[in-house]
Amino acid sequence: MDKMPKWADIILIPLISVVLALVVSGLVVALIGESPWRAMQVMVQGAFGSAYGWGYTLYYATNFIFTGLAVAVAFHARLFNIGGEGQAAIGGLGVAIILLGVAWPHWTIALLAAILFSAAFGAAWAAVPAYLQAKRGSHIVITTIMFNYIASALLVYLLVNVFRVEGSMAPESARFAEATNLPTASDFAGFLGFGTSAPLNFAFFIALLACVGVWLLIWKTRLGYEIRAFGQSQTAAVYAGINPTKIIMITMLISGGLAGMMAINVVMGEAERLVLDFVEGAGFVGIAVALMGRSHPVGVVLAALLFGALYQGGAELQFEMPAISREMVVVIQALVILFTGALDNMVRMPMESLFLSLRRRREAGQSQTPAE
Amino acid sequence: MDFLTVLQILDSTVRLATPLLLACLAGLWSERAGIFDIGLEGKMLAAAFFSAAIAFTAGSVWIGLLAGIAASMVLAGLHGAASITFRGNQLISGVAINFLAAGLTVVIAQTWFQQGGRTPQLPSDARFANVELPGAATRIRDIAQQGPLGQIYSELISGHSIIVYAALLIVPLTWWALYRTRFGLRLRAVGENPAAVDTAGISVVGLRYAAVMIAGVLCGLAGAYLATALNAGFVKDMSAGRGFIALAALIFAKWRPWYALSACLLFGFFDAVGNRFQNIQLGELVVPVQFMQALPYILVVIVLAGLVGKAIPPRAGGEPYVKER
Repeated sequence: MDKMPKWADIILIPLISVVLALVVSGLVVALIGESPWRAMQVMVQGAFGSAYGWGYTLYYATNFIFTGLAVAVAFHARLFNIGGEGQAAIGGLGVAIILLGVAWPHWTIALLAAILFSAAFGAAWAAVPAYLQAKRGSHIVITTIMFNYIASALLVYLLVNVFRVEGSMAPESARFAEATNLPTASDFAGFLGFGTSAPLNFAFFIALLACVGVWLLIWKTRLGYEIRAFGQSQTAAVYAGINPTKIIMITMLISGGLAGMMAINVVMGEAERLVLDFVEGAGFVGIAVALMGRSHPVGVVLAALLFGALYQGGAELQFEMPAISREMVVVIQALVILFTGALDNMVRMPMESLFLSLRRRREAGQSQTPAE
Repeated sequence: MDFLTVLQILDSTVRLATPLLLACLAGLWSERAGIFDIGLEGKMLAAAFFSAAIAFTAGSVWIGLLAGIAASMVLAGLHGAASITFRGNQLISGVAINFLAAGLTVVIAQTWFQQGGRTPQLPSDARFANVELPGAATRIRDIAQQGPLGQIYSELISGHSIIVYAALLIVPLTWWALYRTRFGLRLRAVGENPAAVDTAGISVVGLRYAAVMIAGVLCGLAGAYLATALNAGFVKDMSAGRGFIALAALIFAKWRPWYALSACLLFGFFDAVGNRFQNIQLGELVVPVQFMQALPYILVVIVLAGLVGKAIPPRAGGEPYVKER
């Protein structure tokens, strides 16, 4: 018997947690002597008040959908992939190699190749931690953190020594050929008012497709069933004939691949060249997004939209209210992770007892009626 | 490379190993009691900011140190509440604490000092001075005149901040407390088999909170050292991944205090060498500086791969303890 109705579990509790996170963030803003209401207004206006704002909000959301899905898929197998940051960086390397290495005639084929390479590179970067978890039992959290740092050092080395354009000081690769540039929002949705400066690009649709793909995988395929069964109980899964090594490997490869595909949006779609630190923490935001979205693609899209808005709104906040540093967004992100992830039981326990007492009262009321 | 250069590299090894060592011992206390702590980085960063900010405003480095330790302990308490009281996921709590510290330090620094998220440069009385041991030469010209033993004494052993010596003392202290006291025995037992400790009538929750708070104090020392001894003030993200290198060192040391010292000295040495030489020429081979930076992480992966012995964490690590009712 469930302690709570299902809607309370998937909607009410995340909502309360997010509201708590926002309230605490508001307190922080109030403590540094600014008005939380005005800050909220500026952020909402900045994120959603114009086509320009939407162009950035959805662009950031695209990143967070990819990294959020990556974390979410791993969560289903009860694996905590904290290495999205490194996997995305290496995914970017894959995109740069294939786009610089081949003269692509048209962006559509280039996009397919980029998807393949970014996913393959990201997956490869997740493969070693996955193997160590499956075969050696070494904790995947530790190994993926280590791989984040190794990826960042590798990328710096390659950008400075291999990809850097001759004669240039900037640690970035050459621009990709014009033919590989993805259509931007002004190309396919210019009628909505998107200008050429909006970074939103075709990768947004790839992200949505990935959501559908993950939904099909997790809930409509045999593999998805095995992943969920493994996440629920490893021992039960083993008795049901599920091979744990296979599940850990496949889940992490998919997870790493999704994180790697983030590079399509940033490296191929926006920067159009490989730059230093292009991931900018999106791999970590993915953790918050997956937690808030309850590891469901629909939840991930909504949470990614929220964080996209936070990032864009936070950038505007810096201009409008210079007393509030842009890092306020990081604080909000931390509080969302804290309340939806680590302090989940703090919200859940009182809610459960509330629903239990409600039900008891209702049952007591029913049993009393016939007696009267 | 002459003898004095080698000594100078070793000297800077000790300096750079100190924050790693303190954070690593913090992780050791926490994880030995069964609480994973990937929030070492965040606690260190918070302590770095508050120690520098308060040392600057109060004009006393000791008050700054206390403020840093207090800030770190607040975050440790939060980690304890999330992972012990509310039985949440310890790893997620650690991630949240890292971001909380990364964000809040800059937000508060901007509000207090308006210097783009940093504290002002600390004057010398708001920093830890170097302790000159009796009889040690301080000027480089005098040191160069000394014999090898004198050089070791003056360059390597003397002239560190008090926290360096304190950190080196905490290693045997940790060993003694964990392996030679009743408290230590119980604490290690809580990390291996909390149910057994509970059966013996000892509070699992109390022991775990004690361990987490000790970790808070040690991270506070590490952060204060970063901002008030190694550097002169706080800058954004100044912990720069040291919390994770400390975590790496902890695994490398297989959760044992003396090995933690050697692991931290080794990783400090990589850092010192990387700082002094950009690219290292080994015959035909050039070792890039980025390789030196990534080396601690690569080594840990090698250890975890089981190529150098087996790293077995405390058995109950990461598991919230649920008393049977």
